Amino acid sequence: MLKYLMARNEDIPPGSAAVYWGYSSIVWFVIGTGLGAFNAAKLAFPDFVTGLEFLSFGHMRQVHVMAVIFGWISMAFGMTMMYMTPMLGNTKLWSEKLGVWNAFLWNVGLSLGLTVLWWGMNSGREYSDFPWFIDLYVLCFMTIPLGINVWMTIIHRRTQGIYITNWFFGAGTFMVSIVLLVGNLPEYFHLTGLTEAYLTWWNAHNILGLWITPVGAAIGYYTIPKITGNPLYSHRLGHLHFWSIVVFYSTPASHHLMSAPLPEWLKSFASVEGVLILVPAIAFVSNILMTMQGKWNMFVENLEVKFTVTGCLMAIPLNMQGGFQQTRAINWYIHGTGWIVAHAHLALLGFSTFVEVGAVYFGLQTIMRKKLWSLTLGNLHFWFLLVGFTTYWVSMTIAGLIQGAGKIYEVPYIDVVIAEHPYMIARWLGGSLVFMGNCVWLFNMWMTARAGTVIPAGRMAHELAYER
Amino acid sequence: MNMNFREYKLGSRFFALALGLSMCITLFMPSFDIGSVNATNIAMDKQLWAGHESGFSLDDPLLLGWHKPLKVLLKADPVNGQPMDPTYAYVYEKGTPLPNGVLHPDNLGSVAKKLSIDKGHILESNKNTGTVFLVRMDDQKRYYIENASATLGWTPEGVLKTAGDENTQHAAAGKSLFVREGCWWCHTLLPEQTQDWQVFGAPPMLGDFNGESPTAFGSDRKAPDILHVASRNSSKEWMMLHFFNPRLVQPHSIMPRFDYLWGPVDANGQKIDFAKWRAEYNEYREGKRITPPEVPTYARNSEIRNLIDFVMNLK
Ligand code: HEC
Ligand code: HEM
Repeated sequence: MLKYLMARNEDIPPGSAAVYWGYSSIVWFVIGTGLGAFNAAKLAFPDFVTGLEFLSFGHMRQVHVMAVIFGWISMAFGMTMMYMTPMLGNTKLWSEKLGVWNAFLWNVGLSLGLTVLWWGMNSGREYSDFPWFIDLYVLCFMTIPLGINVWMTIIHRRTQGIYITNWFFGAGTFMVSIVLLVGNLPEYFHLTGLTEAYLTWWNAHNILGLWITPVGAAIGYYTIPKITGNPLYSHRLGHLHFWSIVVFYSTPASHHLMSAPLPEWLKSFASVEGVLILVPAIAFVSNILMTMQGKWNMFVENLEVKFTVTGCLMAIPLNMQGGFQQTRAINWYIHGTGWIVAHAHLALLGFSTFVEVGAVYFGLQTIMRKKLWSLTLGNLHFWFLLVGFTTYWVSMTIAGLIQGAGKIYEVPYIDVVIAEHPYMIARWLGGSLVFMGNCVWLFNMWMTARAGTVIPAGRMAHELAYER
Repeated sequence: MNMNFREYKLGSRFFALALGLSMCITLFMPSFDIGSVNATNIAMDKQLWAGHESGFSLDDPLLLGWHKPLKVLLKADPVNGQPMDPTYAYVYEKGTPLPNGVLHPDNLGSVAKKLSIDKGHILESNKNTGTVFLVRMDDQKRYYIENASATLGWTPEGVLKTAGDENTQHAAAGKSLFVREGCWWCHTLLPEQTQDWQVFGAPPMLGDFNGESPTAFGSDRKAPDILHVASRNSSKEWMMLHFFNPRLVQPHSIMPRFDYLWGPVDANGQKIDFAKWRAEYNEYREGKRITPPEVPTYARNSEIRNLIDFVMNLK
């Protein structure tokens, strides 16, 4: 792949960038979940690997979070953008070379960023932990070039309209760059105090709300109609989804700081806007599920549909939580507990990851024109992820409720720690399953590239029978 | 191009409107409220002992506690040596970046800004020669920052010498450790307004953070809130044992050991044998020893001293 860095744009086979992004994302997924499982082991058994500064929980936690958000999720996004945007515009990617360079710089920047984080060089700001020089790198060499490629491809499309997936891709790449620019102002201009605290969460909220959630959904809008062959159920619902994301999801940033001394009007506003997040959520879920009409057999028979629809179904509990968790009546109980960690994983590891895994499976087969090497391993991957995630989510939700009860009844803290212990072990076991599933995936995709059956011209991957 | 469709022109305008409106409400409007807050004495004390920045900065890129101010307890006047009421002074030695309220007095809010400039002479502070600060109260009980180098002629060297090492606290370097070692992934610095009063103490007020960076509230509590921990437990001895190995004082704790912050040698300059300590501790855990091994006393220039000085300032 590296040989294409110096090749002329015309000489790079279409799809190369997508393949590069795709394999990078899978590798980061393995690394990121491995780190997660390691951290979980430390919270369950504090003396597991002790005495080494670089392997201590406080140094590793942010490395896990940044590896999964920027390595896995965002690179999987890049992968889907590299193949869906041109296909939906009936054209080629604007610049295959930029795409390859972008993936290369992304890997380099992220490796550098994670190394300095690991070293302890961090800003002390959650979800913007990178020091400001890495933040600048992320903006200039990672998100903006991606946005340029997507936008230019959309502008040079050969269709009249723009399909909904591409609205989200265009808006998402634009918004994430704005968010990273504004959200890191405290580091660029050294803003302090409550301004810093508020902007930290403004940034965190909007990375999740204007990047991970909408782009994840956009991918579902492509995968499901494409594989099932059904047209999207309703474009109007898609409009509703798009506009309500922009209007409602960009506003409740302060719901992360409900117990901080921010202006009360701001917290109340965030609380109400947060409930309105249900509008885009319901629009998305119902649209996808209605598109499945008459093709529900594929939910069982087709691996990509299985992943995507499962992710979409997980968006239902996710948004039920998300809509009400920030109301004052509920937030005071669950704030700062494991409940929130469970919710974060439901969003990122449940909904978003499952949708992206489906799209990465589908995209890599389509571009490489190779049938998936083994369905058995694919199914194994699915069940490892699902069972592992569910174990994680259930155990952390219970742990969170225990912590919440401990908090409001003012139970001595150590009793809460003791009560949580079994659930910490369960979380670690669940997380390890996810990690093992991903190792299987990496192997399966490696074998697909090397030994997958070639897909004949004019056929689609999902039309061929699996061989293993 | 195809972009010229009426719908897309309209659409992109609405998009700009929607996003712009949302930014106006969530960024522009709160900035008036937050920007108009007057710093409390808590905020002044905190920004003076924590210094300009506790996270990554060019002055301390590896978070090793470079270029940090010191908080000292003075019992005698550093100029003439006469005894005086114990007073906390904040020493910014030569080259230490000045605190945010001094660099940008607007951060202090209008009242404190005026007092600090007029009575406190903070605009005369100088990074190249070093400056000593105090938190003062005027006769109307309003707090402000005073540049004691300008008003009283106190020099950083003089103040440090008068106070002595035992009255000098490396709390700012300790706060960098709090950020570097990720204490805030488990501990919050934000008792909640709704129910934390009894155990963790009073939640902070609107003006308690001016000039602090980063605030590092923490979002995810796996351990007690420690904003006021020194008010419940001010034993440095307990802290020392607890940081070396939390399971010595709290068998069920999940807090990591921070023994590596002791550095290579103990207070007497003897090399610390960590492997031996761990082996003996394991024997103790297995019931082969009756007492755990002794925790080495830390050296005066070890990182753990900074961390404990920081924790002792969380009142
Ligand atoms: C993995 C989570 C974790 C990390 C990281 C952690 N702690 Fe703790 N800490 C705990 C737990 C759990 C307790 C309560 C049990 C105990 O006393 O050990 C605790 C207790 C404390 C206490 C006593 C609190 C009280 O109410 O008496 C202090 C002080 C403290 N930690 C400081 C720190 C500092 C400073 C750091 C960073 C160098 C740190 N902790 C890192 C989990 C953690
Ligand atoms: C092997 C699977 C995984 C394990 C074992 C794991 C474990 C963990 C652990 C232990 C934490 C710290 C939680 C805490 O502070 O209590 C954490 C945080 C986090 N993880 Fe994972 N994780 C896994 C997979 C993922 C994946 C796939 C994603 C996203 C794609 C993810 C996203 C996050 C995020 C965003 C946080 C921060 C949560 C918060 O702010 O509280 N994790 N994870």
